[in-house]
Amino acid sequence: MRFMHYLRALRGVMTRELFRFVHQRERFISALVRPLMWLFIFAAGFRSTLGVAIIPPYETYILYEVYITPGLLGMVQLFNGMQSSLSMVYDREMGSMKILLVSPLPRGYLLTSKLLAGVLVSVLQAYVFLGIAYAYGIEAPPMGYLDVLPALVLSGLMLGALGLLLSSFIKQLENFAGVMNFVIFPMFFLSTALYPLWKIQESSELLYTLAQYNPFTHAVELIRFALYGQFNRDACIATATALLVFLILAIIGYNPSRGMMQRKGGPSQ
Amino acid sequence: MKSNAPYFNPLPDGVEMNALAVEGLSYAYGKKKALDKISFSVALGQCGILLGPNGAGKTTLFSLITRLYDSPEGRIRIAGHDLRRESNRALAQLGVVFQQPTLDLDLTVEQNLYYHADLHGLSRRKAKGRIREELERQGMYERRKEKVRQLNGGHRRRVEIARALLHEPRLLLLDEPTVGLDVPSRRAIVNYVHELARSGQIAVLWATHLIDEIQGGDRLIILHQGRIQAMGSVPEVLESTGAASVGEAFDRLTRREAA
Repeated sequence: MRFMHYLRALRGVMTRELFRFVHQRERFISALVRPLMWLFIFAAGFRSTLGVAIIPPYETYILYEVYITPGLLGMVQLFNGMQSSLSMVYDREMGSMKILLVSPLPRGYLLTSKLLAGVLVSVLQAYVFLGIAYAYGIEAPPMGYLDVLPALVLSGLMLGALGLLLSSFIKQLENFAGVMNFVIFPMFFLSTALYPLWKIQESSELLYTLAQYNPFTHAVELIRFALYGQFNRDACIATATALLVFLILAIIGYNPSRGMMQRKGGPSQ
Repeated sequence: MKSNAPYFNPLPDGVEMNALAVEGLSYAYGKKKALDKISFSVALGQCGILLGPNGAGKTTLFSLITRLYDSPEGRIRIAGHDLRRESNRALAQLGVVFQQPTLDLDLTVEQNLYYHADLHGLSRRKAKGRIREELERQGMYERRKEKVRQLNGGHRRRVEIARALLHEPRLLLLDEPTVGLDVPSRRAIVNYVHELARSGQIAVLWATHLIDEIQGGDRLIILHQGRIQAMGSVPEVLESTGAASVGEAFDRLTRREAA
């Protein structure tokens, strides 16, 4: 009985997210337009400026468009994670987060369900992007499209958990612009999404070190290798570790007695 | 105010009868005490009206009862279950209508209700039956396929009340549910909720600052500056304050604020 309750709650949260996704067509389109602009405009312009040497998992010289495709998949998921964090702050301001939190299930489970629902949407978006990239001529090995699925799920979970964590800290919607400046941009630019690590190292050791510890770098590499049928163990471990840390912190953040919802003032004086 | 309710005897404060029992509850934001050792109970069949001016501590109290906050000082039990130690059992007996609207506007009435039913672990069949029952009782069943966005404020509130009752809770919490509604919608909701309490299956705690939402059989809890200033049936509160009307009693008890 109890087990069924858990499953039903998960179904409820996922269905709601899908319904909302279907209704918010603008959100879907803008989530697609962003990486496509990078692919069609930025990458096309950069193609001649930036030569990419042969590095794993690639076996030949590749076009810059091919190089940044996994990074743009990561970008789709990064924005999606932040978007769901935004919608959670919105939900909390609007009150519908309360409906979720007063349900008779452990809060950690409810938040994890919310996270899974967000990942479902982010994986869907990633595949649509891959489809358009394919039509544009960026083809990965056929099996790669299947192999990339678990990588997308894991990276989606990690970035979603980061969004969840941020949403427990952000008190108001207005603060969300800060998330753009202080989370999305540094994470994206300080990663291997746009240029390989050795290129970063050539220009700055500091940036190289930062990029190495950036969880987004590992998510992108995990996706990149998976898309070419290879398993990047280190990237997988790093992404999974980041996921665990973010998720645990987020659950603590939403805990009614210890978390941020109350941090402003404890009952003890 | 027209009182069409028969005088309702307050039930004895027995453990099983109390759908809600609050004991010695305190809460502070930093140094500012929002609630100071609050104790009260609401029994099945009772409609408890939590009356207080803005800033009296009503919202804090509701956040604590719904476990959005937790306070280490004091205890809250819902249908006999301790909210801190058995939070899931306690929350299963709780239905809430928050002050802010909490329906998804782009989803239909039915989709909103199914979402809630899922969160409370109702099977599809059970949910279907319950949704029908609750919507029919409020004359909203025909509109179940409509998007919430198309409903007016009063009808949205009705859907929220139906939703709060879907899982057959023992305690229904309403936080100023009639704010912003027109007079007929307000009256309909006030009457509906009072009838619900009179059925004896549920206890109601209704936060408001509108005196005219009180009916004869209600139990009043007057909150001001984080403390309970008066509590009891309407005649009891009138007697203890020496006031002629609830409005006057309320003014006397909360006057300090103006001073």
